[in-house]
Amino acid sequence: MRRSRPLMSIWSMFLAVPAVLQALQPPSGFVPVDQLPQTESLPAAPLIIAAYAFVWVALILYLLSIWRRLGRVESDMEALERRLGERTGSR
Amino acid sequence: MAAGSMRTGAAVRRAGGLRRAFVPLAIVSGAMLAYSPIVVAHAAYEPTMGLVSKIFYYHVPSWFAMFTAVFTCGIASALYLIRGTPRADRVAVSAGELAALFGLLGLVTGPLWARKAWGVWWQWDARLTMAFLLELIFLAYLLVRRYGGPGSDKLAAAMAVFGMANVPFVYVSVNIWRTIHPTTQVVPTLGPGMRGAFWYCVAAFMLLYSLLFAARVRLEEERARLDALHLAGQD
Repeated sequence: MRRSRPLMSIWSMFLAVPAVLQALQPPSGFVPVDQLPQTESLPAAPLIIAAYAFVWVALILYLLSIWRRLGRVESDMEALERRLGERTGSR
Repeated sequence: MAAGSMRTGAAVRRAGGLRRAFVPLAIVSGAMLAYSPIVVAHAAYEPTMGLVSKIFYYHVPSWFAMFTAVFTCGIASALYLIRGTPRADRVAVSAGELAALFGLLGLVTGPLWARKAWGVWWQWDARLTMAFLLELIFLAYLLVRRYGGPGSDKLAAAMAVFGMANVPFVYVSVNIWRTIHPTTQVVPTLGPGMRGAFWYCVAAFMLLYSLLFAARVRLEEERARLDALHLAGQD
């Protein structure tokens, strides 16, 4: 039993050789990123334009929404003040 | 009584000064933001990512503004919970809305950058997930404020305090759980070709944030005046 141990170790190492060789080989279909054809590389410009445009549009829309809400509150206030003034005038 | 009227007078003078400064500052802010793409175009490229790294100049300042808004909202909410001052509540709701807005800008610009730099739109890593949750907390804050009914202002204030407590975790998450997102060391170690453009964009975003915040607080104060006028009319 003790004599068979080294034999088993050598046998298991022998079995592992194909797996090690396969791991050393680059996987089939692998292409380094700097050798990719131009068509497979995603262009950066549309992404940058989309990011900047989104920020600008969102900020402008938010500014317009504050403006609109402020205008509505101010017109409500003027109407209410007029109504209150008329009521106190009629008393 | 005299102290109260003096305080009110000072507040009115301060509000008048702010209102006068608003238009020139809005022009400066608009001009800074309009000029920012030119500043960014002249800035140096990040060597590994190339052109797409230019999104960085809008993405990171959006988060700076978001975190400022979250802290403003959280501190004002804590004050509202402790003292019950209506002005603190008005400041909190104004900052809460801006936190949701700037968070949205960060969450949209990030994936546009990631698509090219990482090859995916989104990654459920610690930083991105926590930032997304922070945005959800502030969207929930706004929904509770709008549809929660009576007493929802206190509930929302507590949510904002928890939202604020989340910010340090969001910030350090990239250093604790190392994933694909860059660490917090990027900004302090920016090269001289990128530093100027970056801080220019931060200044533009922070000025814009301050102006939007001032306008939003004014809206809340006008609404409070309108409510007071309605109550006076009913008496």
